[in-house]
Amino acid sequence: MSARDEILGRVRAALADVDTSADVAVPAAPRSAAPPGDVVELFLERVADYRAVVERCSVADLVERVRAALPEGGRVVVPPGLEIEIVGAVADDHLSAAELDAVDAVVTAARVGIAETGTIVLDHQPDQGRRALSLVPDHHVCVVRADQIVPDVPDAVTMLDPSRPQTWISGPSATSDIELDRVEGVHGPRVLHVIVVDP
Amino acid sequence: MSATFVGMPAFPEAARAALADPQLRHNLAHATDTIRRKRASVVAEIPEWEELRLVGAAVKDSALRSLDTHLVELEERLVANGAVVHWARDAAEACAIVAEVATRHSAEEVVKVKSMVTQEIGLNEALAAQGIAAWETDLAELIVQLGDDLPSHILVPAIHRNRAEIREIFRTKMAAAGRPAPDDLTDDPAALAGAAREHLREKFLRAKVAVSGANFAVAETGTLVVVESEGNGRMCLTLPDVLVSVVGIEKVLPTWESLDPMMRLLPRSSTGERMNPYTSTWSGVTPGDGPQEVHVVLLDNGRTNALADDVGRQALRCIRCSACLNVCPVYERTGGHAYGSVYPGPIGAILNPLLKGTGVDEQTDSLPYASSLCGACFEACPVRIDIPEVLVHLRTKVVDSHRGDRVLKPEAVAMKAAAFAFSDARRLALAERASGLAGRVIGRWGKTRLPGGRPAAGRIPGPGAAWTSARDMPAPPKESFRAWWKRTSGGRS
Ligand code: SF4
Repeated sequence: MSARDEILGRVRAALADVDTSADVAVPAAPRSAAPPGDVVELFLERVADYRAVVERCSVADLVERVRAALPEGGRVVVPPGLEIEIVGAVADDHLSAAELDAVDAVVTAARVGIAETGTIVLDHQPDQGRRALSLVPDHHVCVVRADQIVPDVPDAVTMLDPSRPQTWISGPSATSDIELDRVEGVHGPRVLHVIVVDP
Repeated sequence: MSATFVGMPAFPEAARAALADPQLRHNLAHATDTIRRKRASVVAEIPEWEELRLVGAAVKDSALRSLDTHLVELEERLVANGAVVHWARDAAEACAIVAEVATRHSAEEVVKVKSMVTQEIGLNEALAAQGIAAWETDLAELIVQLGDDLPSHILVPAIHRNRAEIREIFRTKMAAAGRPAPDDLTDDPAALAGAAREHLREKFLRAKVAVSGANFAVAETGTLVVVESEGNGRMCLTLPDVLVSVVGIEKVLPTWESLDPMMRLLPRSSTGERMNPYTSTWSGVTPGDGPQEVHVVLLDNGRTNALADDVGRQALRCIRCSACLNVCPVYERTGGHAYGSVYPGPIGAILNPLLKGTGVDEQTDSLPYASSLCGACFEACPVRIDIPEVLVHLRTKVVDSHRGDRVLKPEAVAMKAAAFAFSDARRLALAERASGLAGRVIGRWGKTRLPGGRPAAGRIPGPGAAWTSARDMPAPPKESFRAWWKRTSGGRS
């Protein structure tokens, strides 16, 4: 018998006492009470709690703010579909991992922001780039539109498309492995700079 | 290469050694205290926490109750998304599948995301036997691997090490495994993390094959989910050409929506954060993004044994958050090594016997007794596993499986004696008088004092030895209740 058939057979035998016809529906997950005040402000506060850099600006100021957020004189890569003009940046064209490692910073858009947890979700569409792009460079500038910010995790989960790869980012790379204290900066970008832009 | 747990002594013996190590006790007390406080503060932020726990338990139960259907659906979706699905009955089969994939790509090394299941199956050792080096990339795993040590916590395998010890391991061991630690390395955690970043980066950039586990596997969409902090997971899941994920069959979630309660419960219970730094999800192969060859190994290795136990099957709800370890008074004092398994603490005390069976080896049989049944683990568990209930159930199974033995378990002897005494009032009176006498004797011997100042016996000889070898037995009171009642006319005189 194949391993597959044997395992499925064992599962069925193990569950012989369970009456699945009377299966109880899973209760809907409770939603948290709407956060007091502005979700965008809560988002900024919660992202800042992870020791990320946060700021909020208007569309008119965006290009200038992004430029100022980048390390001076650094090499910058952007995803091919990013709709923000960044002078001197290279658009990602299947750069190798080693080439990405030689880049100082990356600028991407985002798919959704979660206020309650201060999380940014990328689903790696052309304005965010493939997964390696926002991972290997040490400095990530992420532009989130204010209207992309939702109150809580369930709102984000419903909006997201599971067929796309996703990266949920909450602050810069960190570890709690040494005496369970959070230390920023291990393998992912050590600087996360989030700019929320009001339309 | 890491050491193994094979041949570990039973819990009481291993615990005795751990308790005698003051550095270990200090490191553990400090770390578990930190994490308990962090967890409590982020859990308190969520007024609907208790309701969320009920939903978390219900989601996992509904997945387990129709596990066969969900597994078939998961396989279908994964294959449709371009992944290759393998099934492994046990550790040896799973290791062979991973080794075969690595060998087919002529890989001499693989990079690994921290995963409990690959430790459970002894994957690193199996790959080493085939000449393939498996590099752990999680900071704590790296500390354990370089230190030729054993993991002692689910989330923070090097919780038993403090920063000074970690610095020493990096300074003396990193060079042999690749890029050496900088000469001026201090014991500042940020500097230690920086050294790990430099050391591992070259491995990430050149690796062809990566191995991961998964925190969740969504049946409906064929999506795997890895929850992590450092970005080593993202590196492994993204940069290599080939990805093999070993997934226990209990990791299944029915729907994409069911990820929501889990992602609210896990980070807060685990690292005490509102959300962990990075979570990656992927559904098979994405053209032009990440590994273009994706394998998923669905592993049984005893899980169907656990599933067949109608009381114990709730243990398969476990999302490996480690909250139960951090609140456990036994774990806090003995540390993880004493449990002799990659799954230590309260969850280990039930999961190991459920996966391996009772009555098979003495070490596993000792685990259900490694608890005071205080219930703190159940209170902390985000998916409401009633660990004390399962512990008691497994104790009966251990005793039952030894019924045919020539030498009875001490519990069985004690219960027989108790049944004999309690079944007759005169016998009970006699036994109490004997006990009062013993109390006077033990009270005089007793070198140990229990909290509150009551004298206790250390190890006592005779049939009680098996009990007291691992416990301080309070000295019995000098006068029994019955005698006191008689002497004082029920407290009136
Ligand atoms: S048993 Fe519960 S508390 Fe313990 S690790 Fe598993 S999910 Fe967490």
